[in-house]
Order: sequence, then C-alpha cells, then structure tokens
Amino acid sequence: MPEAYNAKLRVYRGDASGGTFKDYTVPVEEGMVVLDAIHYIQREVDPDLAVRWNCKAAKCGSCSAEVNGHPSLMCKTRMKGFSPDETITVQPIQSFPIIKDLVTDVSWNYEQNKRIQPFTPKKDTDWIMYQEDIERVQEFRKCIECFLCQNVCHVLRDNDRKDAFSGPRFMIRVASLEMHPLDDADRLEFLHKEGGIGYCNITKCCTEVCPESIHITDNGIIPMKERVVDEYYDPVAKFLKKVFSPKK
Amino acid sequence: MTEAKTGEAAKKPLFTTQRTDNWQKGPLAIATVFTLFIIYATWRTFENQYFEMGNLLSPFYSPKIEWHLWTKVWHLSPAILILWIPAGFRATCYYYRKAYYRSYFMTPPACGVSGYKGFQYQGETKFPFVFQNLHRYMFYLATLVLAVLWWDALQTLFAAGHFFNFGFFQVSVGTLVYFVNVVLLSNYSFGCHAFRHLIGGRLDCFSCGEPAKTSLSFWEKVTKLNEHHQLWAWCSLFSVAFADFYTRCVASNAWTDQILFQVQQVVQ
Repeated sequence: MPEAYNAKLRVYRGDASGGTFKDYTVPVEEGMVVLDAIHYIQREVDPDLAVRWNCKAAKCGSCSAEVNGHPSLMCKTRMKGFSPDETITVQPIQSFPIIKDLVTDVSWNYEQNKRIQPFTPKKDTDWIMYQEDIERVQEFRKCIECFLCQNVCHVLRDNDRKDAFSGPRFMIRVASLEMHPLDDADRLEFLHKEGGIGYCNITKCCTEVCPESIHITDNGIIPMKERVVDEYYDPVAKFLKKVFSPKK
Repeated sequence: MTEAKTGEAAKKPLFTTQRTDNWQKGPLAIATVFTLFIIYATWRTFENQYFEMGNLLSPFYSPKIEWHLWTKVWHLSPAILILWIPAGFRATCYYYRKAYYRSYFMTPPACGVSGYKGFQYQGETKFPFVFQNLHRYMFYLATLVLAVLWWDALQTLFAAGHFFNFGFFQVSVGTLVYFVNVVLLSNYSFGCHAFRHLIGGRLDCFSCGEPAKTSLSFWEKVTKLNEHHQLWAWCSLFSVAFADFYTRCVASNAWTDQILFQVQQVVQ
C-alpha cells in the first residue's frame, strides 16, 4: 500500500465575470478520486467552492470537469494516476459558460434534446424485438449525459458553432432512434439541416473522452453521415432506396 | 437554433491547453509520415521508370496502361491516371480525415487543445470538404484497382510470361511482398465505413427476412475489420509504398527478386 502524501491541486475559482486558479494541498489516501480531493477542499478549506456532483459512481454524469486539461468525470479519475510531485489542475468544462467555480451552464444541451423527434412507433407495432436488431441501439443508451463529448467537440468548443451543430451527444441520440427497428420517424432532414451533422469532421475526440466507452463516431455519427449521404449526396442510393425500400 | 452560449475555450488562442502530456507527439508524427509518403509517391509518379520487371508491376503503376498506345495523346506518367483513385479513397476515408484534420488543419490539433480559428468553421458542409460525402464512390473505384492488384499478386506466382502455367509455379520474395500488400489493402478497403453502411448498416432491422439476416452476417464481419480501420490504414500505406519500393529496386537492378520456391521444369 503506498504511503499517504499531500497532493498539490490548482482549482479554478471564479464566475461569469472572471476568475483565477487557486492552489490547495490535499492529503491523499488509498482509493481517492479527484472528486474526493475537491470535497476535502470544500469541507476543510473553502466551503464556498461550487461543484456539481451526485452519484460518485460514474453513472449520473454530473461531475464533468477538465483534469490536467483532459475532459473527465472527477469521480472516475483516480489520484493514484498522478505522480505525488505533480500539480493537478482542475477547471470547469470549457465549452459552456461558467456559473461558479467548477459549475457550468449546460442548459443549451437540454434545448437541443427537445428539438429531436422522440421515439415514434410504427402503426400497429408488433412489440417483439430481437437482440440483433437492438444491439446497436443499446450501446447508445449507455449515455449518461455527462456532456464531456459536447465539451471536447471542437465545433462547439473552439468554433462555438452552437448555432449550427447539435453536438455528438445528440447525434447518437438521433442514431439510437433512427436505427431502432420499431421507430417510424425520419430524422435525416433534421440531421442534415438543423442538427448540422456535416459540421462534424470525425476528429473523434468525443469518442476518446466518453466515460461509457461509446463508439460515438464509428458506430453513431459515421453511420448517420452515411444515411445522410444516401438521402442528399448519392443520387444512385436515393434512387435505389425509392425503388426497393418500403416507405419508413 | 436556440441561443448559443459561448464557453471559455472559444476565446482562447491556438494551442491553449491545460494538458501536461506530450500531446504534440501524435499530430507531429502523423504529419511527418504523411508528408514523407506524399513526397515519395509524387516522386515515383513522375519518375516514370523502374516500375516493372518480369512478373512484378508496381502498385503505383497498376493497372498497366499500355504506354505505346498512349504516347500520342498522353505524354506524362501513366501513374497520374491511376493514383488519383487510391489517393482519393484515402483522402476521403473517415480515419484519414481525423488524422489530417488534426495534423494539417489543426481543427483541432488534439483533444482539449485550442484549434485554429482563422475562418468561420463550416466543417464538411461547403466546398471543398463537402466532397468527402462521395467517399463511397471512391470506394467503388478503389475496389476495382484492388482487384487488379490481386491479379498482379497472382501473376508473381508464375514465371514471367507463363501465367497460370503450373509448370512454372514459383514463390519469390516479391510474391510475399505483393501478397502481404494486397491482404493489408483488402483489410483496409473492406473495413471501410462506407462499405459497412452499404453492406448492412443502412438497415434498421436485421431480423426481417433472409436478405437482412445475410446482410447482418456480412455487416458483422466488416465491423470486425472496421474496429481496426486505423491499423489497416497505416499498415496498408506502408505496404503499398514498400511494394513499389521493392519493385523499383528490382527493376533498377539494385536488388534481385530471390526465388524461394520453384517447380522444377522437365525439359523434353
């Protein structure tokens, strides 16, 4: 068992008007995660340090932050992953406006969600589903809405194209509905126009940071891009679809 | 679209990050290797010699275009007529897009690192990147070229001028180089995301009828290849360059294509 030591943390303190990093020293014990260290600071040093958290089990998606610049869940980032002499920087996610300290306003994401047509079953649906039909969708249903993918996506983060692109989280939500064997709605026009799937350039950062290891690009966004190609860019595929496929 | 709410990252200059790891290593390595490959391929394209020797034909110059038929209308290297197909296939490939958008365009250079903001980002919605959507057409063309490369690899199994004459069956180092190359190219091509979509990914229901079930079994196999698409992309890039380099060395008499196994001829 490693000896206990004091870790050095630099935590962002501030609000919408500005802020700065503040240094803290935190005693590290076996099994600690970064969220424990933040709770120590809150409990022992600065009770007004704002942090959003809930389950501490990597399932609620609340404690998203950037630890040494890596978008991560604080509850899933172990202190033993850092060397004892390393300074650990903790800052709020950078794609959304800061409310206070480590808490950001992610309400824009909920607005995006409302724009997606929900599950729409076919008329007289036979509610039997087979595993091979639902397996692809189940991967997307693991999403815990931590919005780390939204945070790291450069379209939203660097280029601030929230006016044009809904972000990877909502691309896979659409994918989970479009690939559903019992769904009858067509969301390709939404994806192509309002959702802005063409803004994604497949740099895969969303996949790299996903704490649920969802293959967001390979299994979600790229298949949706290909369906958009069928509909809007490939005349042969569109023709064949019209001739051979029953209307969805 | 709902009101945009700007985060801190959008205000920060290029390369700003709190990352403490060596994030520059990946994009720099990729940019270096790509650049070297592009320089080598361009040089070989315009060199226009040392691409054929006996039963070896460089993949850069295959399918073989009969030079003497073209000289009156085409005075440049025949490789120019061929290489745009594999080049276009790789340029529009979903893996390579990730690699060069990061390494060359810095959109973004690495995850969590501020990217280039010198223009209003349009992604793949406007010219020229909107043409990335035609990747499947490049796949169709590249598959035809791949079929020819398989044919070329089969030719190396027989002494020059004796194709499919099993009395002249042989295995040379060139045979191994060509077969490794076409196997890697096939794993890369048939793990393509566009092919994965066309072979079954486009379906919502895999259990609805026999054709859909057949599609599922193909889709699962393509998915297995697709999971390692990046690996196949790199391995096949190196193998195709090496196959060309090997052919050049043999054709320029720098190396001899060593015969490893040969059926002994009975002279009548």
